[in-house]
Amino acid sequence: MSSRVTTPAAVGAGRRGAKPRRRPPILLGALAGLVVAAMALPLIYLVVRSLEGGWEPVAEVVLDGDTLAVLGRSALLAGVVTAASVAVSVPLAWLTSRTDLPGRRAWAVLAALPLVIPSYVGGFVLVSVLGPRGMLQGWLEPLGVERLPEIYGFPGAALALTLFSYPYVFLTVRGALRGMDPAMEEAARSLGSGAWETFLRVTLPQLRPGIVAGALLVALYALSDFGVVSILQYESFSNEIYIQYRSAFDRTPAAILALMLVALTVAVLLVEGRTRGRARYHGNAASRPAPRVPLGRWRWPALLFCAAVVLLALAAPVGVLAFWLVRGLAEGEPLRPLWNAAWSSVYASGLAAAVTALAALPVAILSVRFGGRISGFVEKTTYLGYALPGIVLALSLVFFGANYAPWAYQTLGLLVFAYTVHFLPQAVGASRSALLQVRPSVEEAARGLGRGPVRVAATITAPLAGSGVVAGAALVFLTTMKELPATLLLGPTGFETLATRIWGATGDAFFARAAAPALLLIGISAVPLYLLVIRERAK
Amino acid sequence: MLALTILIAAGCGEPPPQGGDGGGGDSGGGDSGGGNGSETTGETTAQEALKPGEGSLVVYSGRSEELVGPIFEQFEERSGVDVQVRYGDTAELAATILEEGENSPADLFFAQDPGALGALDDEGRLTKLPDDILGKVPSRFKADDGDWVGTSGRARVVAYNTEELEEGDLPDSIFDFTDPKWKGRIGWAPTNGSFQAFVTALRVLEGEDRAQQWLEGIQANDPFVYPDNLSAVEGVASGEVQVAFVNHYYLFQVKEERGDDLPAANYYLEGGDPGALVLAAGAGVLDTAENPEAGQEFLEFALSEEAQQYFADETYEYPLVEGVEINDELPPLSGTQGPEVDLSNLDDLGGTLELLQETGVL
Repeated sequence: MSSRVTTPAAVGAGRRGAKPRRRPPILLGALAGLVVAAMALPLIYLVVRSLEGGWEPVAEVVLDGDTLAVLGRSALLAGVVTAASVAVSVPLAWLTSRTDLPGRRAWAVLAALPLVIPSYVGGFVLVSVLGPRGMLQGWLEPLGVERLPEIYGFPGAALALTLFSYPYVFLTVRGALRGMDPAMEEAARSLGSGAWETFLRVTLPQLRPGIVAGALLVALYALSDFGVVSILQYESFSNEIYIQYRSAFDRTPAAILALMLVALTVAVLLVEGRTRGRARYHGNAASRPAPRVPLGRWRWPALLFCAAVVLLALAAPVGVLAFWLVRGLAEGEPLRPLWNAAWSSVYASGLAAAVTALAALPVAILSVRFGGRISGFVEKTTYLGYALPGIVLALSLVFFGANYAPWAYQTLGLLVFAYTVHFLPQAVGASRSALLQVRPSVEEAARGLGRGPVRVAATITAPLAGSGVVAGAALVFLTTMKELPATLLLGPTGFETLATRIWGATGDAFFARAAAPALLLIGISAVPLYLLVIRERAK
Repeated sequence: MLALTILIAAGCGEPPPQGGDGGGGDSGGGDSGGGNGSETTGETTAQEALKPGEGSLVVYSGRSEELVGPIFEQFEERSGVDVQVRYGDTAELAATILEEGENSPADLFFAQDPGALGALDDEGRLTKLPDDILGKVPSRFKADDGDWVGTSGRARVVAYNTEELEEGDLPDSIFDFTDPKWKGRIGWAPTNGSFQAFVTALRVLEGEDRAQQWLEGIQANDPFVYPDNLSAVEGVASGEVQVAFVNHYYLFQVKEERGDDLPAANYYLEGGDPGALVLAAGAGVLDTAENPEAGQEFLEFALSEEAQQYFADETYEYPLVEGVEINDELPPLSGTQGPEVDLSNLDDLGGTLELLQETGVL
């Protein structure tokens, strides 16, 4: 049982045992190549549009002092949101998976749920609750509170983005904690290390890949999100890009700005590459659960912490939506049927989840099993679509679809393709972590016993890593459910999802009409999320 | 929440995947006449007006389904034309049409504001409308070249909080809001198309320097920046700000949801003040339209008494066709109100954006 293999192998230097690196099979390479080609489409579009007017406008935009300042503001926002998300998620994940916290399973589900709240809904709700004259102020008015401090600008944007994106880190860290074999921690304790020292020196390093993977998703999300920054009035880079599209109708400056955002993304990826660390932890796929740490008198502060996070990130938005719904119904607003929109949402998101999980596989296998510069490059490119604001990605596919693939344009197929390009890294990350926990020696043993590579993949790797792949698909499902710009521009004409229904209603002050689809969206998304967390438990 | 989920699971069996693969049919190429064949022909026999080839109309609508969906439905019923609508943000749809180029599936573009129509017109993407359509609308609410036409009017107003202010507290001109006494009390939405059209009007009517002074003056009063008109009106109602420069109808939309006792009202600046500009939502037929006749037919319908009355009653907008009664909650757009600006003269959006950026508003 103690045969855990901890292999600090340099990425690219093959696995332990100094065997020469195998060449990836041609089929695998070809599939990964296809994925990279798909990822390159938005970039090609951006380059074409940027250079439309020659180099002069490019220089003008890039060298503008204001542009650089806004880029800095975005980087700051992403940095703070990422740090805050890690700070919230690591204790939450640890409390809900390693301690005797009362109701820890329920807390785990509740703490993951804010992920399903669309940022355009969450940001709006946050303002109506915490705004200077919002609901909270209304409750405090009897106490003489006339106005709450401003939440607009940096603090509000950072708070909102943290609240609705920290679950990325929470989920990956929780996954890592549960997949971890407790043997090393036990060894450390038996050798005389204290609980805290063990956590810092043994547990935390093993969590690092999980933290970094989640943090990367949070950081890039914070860079590309538009909903929160526009509602909370923070002049970020994505906001700048939207302003160009929304008011200027001049696509060249917008494309140049988007390319600069891509450059910032590449910088983030380079940082991530350094922090991810070189260590690889191949877990024992059949590891036993770790013993629970008794919290003792720390139980109450721990509960308070969980409750505070859940209250702000989940209970407040859901409560406000329910309030809007009830208020609207009281004003005589009819509840309109949402079945079509709900079904379209589930159907499109389900397809996107399946396609994306499949597309992620060759990339993840290449990266985990073969390593090397090229595999690393392939994996990194999958993040580019994720880091682009939705409208940029959507317009790039409008351009390619209408002009080069008119037969596919405005079909569900192209929409699913857009979702895949957008959300691929979520699935790649989950599949990578799952594959990392399958020891290559098991696969090698099977190969050694005469099984072909495909059969090994089907009979050994897939069952062991399968649940991680499903987890990635679930994550893609959840984010696709709330996707808006691509759905509006690329969906079949008349295609209606819950997200488009929410959008259509909020644009014209019909909060009651927006509340019903928003609550339904959250309700439906909660199901796969619940299964995701429960699955971990059963492991 | 769980109950909803269960409901949904139960409901899933019935409806077919909307759009689904069928979406391929209404894309790209010219498969007009496909789709709801039997239904359409059934109604066609009843409709003598329908000419052959008028099977379907693809609309890109920057106006939301909540507001204009019923108009499309009525048109579909009347004409037998199968209407397919893509709803989205006006500017994003304009950008989409530009990206689509020659292969745009859209026949008609229905926009929130003249700015987006002007942008498409500048790129030569709209076609001239027949005179009988153009003739229905006063000349300032349509393109000079006849390439787009306004369908309903919206007035720029000052929304104010009725608990903090009375109508008498409000000044006569938009320029008076640069007075330092308004510091911290103003809300606006500078990314909004109507706001930008207003700034363009300010430049046209008062000159660049005055426009710049106004923007700088308001900037100096630390205005609250809202992402759209709607949040600005919400901000007025909650007392976050005391006044906001918005379009007139948002107030009624908020009231419809929140009840009439909302502490907010509209104030119309008078005497031809640029702050009382009247804008229009409008539409144009695309140069790449497969079915321009159906697009024109729709515009005729949108300017019919029935549709104009719908805009007046349901969306609280000003009808642009004579003889249609305005909503009784609205003051009449008499000749004294609002400046006489030709909306097609408000096409220098680029200059406005430059000014907005120069003054740090954007």
